[in-house]
Amino acid sequence: MDTSYYLIQALNGIQYGFLLFLVASGLTLIFGIMGIINLAHGSFFMIGAYLCWWLTSLTGNLFLGILAGVPLAVVLGLLIERFGIVHLYKRDHLYQVLFTYGLILIFGEMRSILWGNEVQSVQIPEILSTAIPLTEVQSYPVYRLFISLVCMALAAMLYLVVQRTRLGMTIRAGASNREMVQALGLDIAKLFAIVFALGAALAAFAGMVAAPVQSVFPGMGDEILIVSLVVVVVGGVGSIKGAFLGAMLIGLADTFGAVFLPHGAGTVIYTVMAIVLLWRPQGLFGRA
Amino acid sequence: MYALSRPALVLLLLMAICLGLYPLIGDSYYIRLLTKIMVLGIFAMSLDLLIGFTGLISLGHAAFFGVASYAVAWYIVKAGVTSLLLILPTAVGVSAACALVIGWLSIRTAGIYFIMITLAFAQMLHAFFKDQKYWGGTDGFNFYDKPKLAFGDTVVLDLSNRLTLYYFTFVLLLSAFIFLVVLLRSPFGRAIQGVKVNEGRMRAMGYNIRHLKLMSFIIAGSLAGVAGFLEATRTAYVNPELMSWHMSGNVMIMVILGGMGTLYGPLLGALALTLLGDNISSMWDHWLLIMGLFVIAVVMFLPEGIAGLIEKAADRFKRKPPPKEETEP
Repeated sequence: MDTSYYLIQALNGIQYGFLLFLVASGLTLIFGIMGIINLAHGSFFMIGAYLCWWLTSLTGNLFLGILAGVPLAVVLGLLIERFGIVHLYKRDHLYQVLFTYGLILIFGEMRSILWGNEVQSVQIPEILSTAIPLTEVQSYPVYRLFISLVCMALAAMLYLVVQRTRLGMTIRAGASNREMVQALGLDIAKLFAIVFALGAALAAFAGMVAAPVQSVFPGMGDEILIVSLVVVVVGGVGSIKGAFLGAMLIGLADTFGAVFLPHGAGTVIYTVMAIVLLWRPQGLFGRA
Repeated sequence: MYALSRPALVLLLLMAICLGLYPLIGDSYYIRLLTKIMVLGIFAMSLDLLIGFTGLISLGHAAFFGVASYAVAWYIVKAGVTSLLLILPTAVGVSAACALVIGWLSIRTAGIYFIMITLAFAQMLHAFFKDQKYWGGTDGFNFYDKPKLAFGDTVVLDLSNRLTLYYFTFVLLLSAFIFLVVLLRSPFGRAIQGVKVNEGRMRAMGYNIRHLKLMSFIIAGSLAGVAGFLEATRTAYVNPELMSWHMSGNVMIMVILGGMGTLYGPLLGALALTLLGDNISSMWDHWLLIMGLFVIAVVMFLPEGIAGLIEKAADRFKRKPPPKEETEP
């Protein structure tokens, strides 16, 4: 194992970190602004991946699959917010946990009815299926770089929207003081719907671009949800900056954990979380 | 102070009598099913101590259930020991020790952090047992012996006997219930209920909030360990799913469905949910869809659970007008 091997692992870790960021940023925004614990957030990741597989096999093109899939995810997010989540705003976290847990069961079974329980794979489109040689024996797949770049672009866009636009200003205001936003006469119902649909779309998109790399399987939503929760807790609930740093930290820790501790890899990220919390119980960027 | 209402007492007494007498007439399928329900009942009651009485929403309670199960499997498979006197205390002790560590770390946080952290710690244990070949990996273990209580060659209690296990579980369920009632009426029990209602006031009165929460967490974890011991003994099988978050989610549904903060509610929740699952799962492969809709319906229409219905019905029966709801001035 030489340096290029570690370089590849680092790139993989960063790529995983970007995917985690897309999922975790939605999770943390939905909690920070709407005060909702959404356990069904991972389901959007899974639905995205299955939509991508289904639409790609229909159209024969991954890009068309993603292009057609994202609007579907937005619509689904809006429907769930309007008919489900809207009843939970004033309820205790406990009921939010249970309600969204029920949603997970429903999404999981709907997926099973519509698309079955088999593991599916999505072909990487030809232009992205090459690899960049790093040394004589090792090379890095272009598609993974593509994921990192697209996610980076999305992260930058999200940052600009949140920091520079009127919508972003409202979102930030909503995160720090919901009652005040309401009192100022801004349409909080519309804001909540937008935030929820945005979060759902980000998670679904992450599932779509991840589908060709990690294959498509029933439990993928649960897996990413738990890791994203760790990211959110490490970064500090409600903070986009925290979600970003947390995602990178956890993405790298997970990847290098698998390299150095092949038999205990699953526990590395939780150990990182425990250390961070011992030091800062409210997470890296959380408010106490 | 925690007190059982009269209809609840009558109901409990009836339940206890039915459970005690059922094996005399019942068939073996339902004896097995009732054993499972009683085990889950202990598990759900232990979570109620946290959610319903201390105000700690733990989404990782299956961790303690799972490690106790693995302790049983370890003794029987790896050490070849079947002595009940060794296995039960170790299983509960391991759960208590885990609850001490996880609780100590988690209780530093509150609200959503607490929910997520308990979930993450349970997943950590889940991942640990899934990764380790020594612990059977994803498949877990089957084992063929069950814990026994024996002195020399005389076997006093053999839990591989279906009826012995049934009554052993029944006695543990009763003991757990009585223990919790006594605990909740003790000064400690009143203090944790005070923490749930108003943490700030309790702190101002000089209580050590973290200590109270941690003690409650450890007691609940140990009781979940008792349930875990019984579960492993009952099925003679362990796998990492015992501590998965689906398990934690299911037991939380039992508590809410039955009615949190009532102690007997979670027992009813375990009964209702297990019977429901048992019936629809045999009819339809996609029964979890119905379960999901059911959970959502409970959250929307039955936030106080079955126990809430019972208390309301009892109030009406006594022709006492229900307490007036406070209106906004």
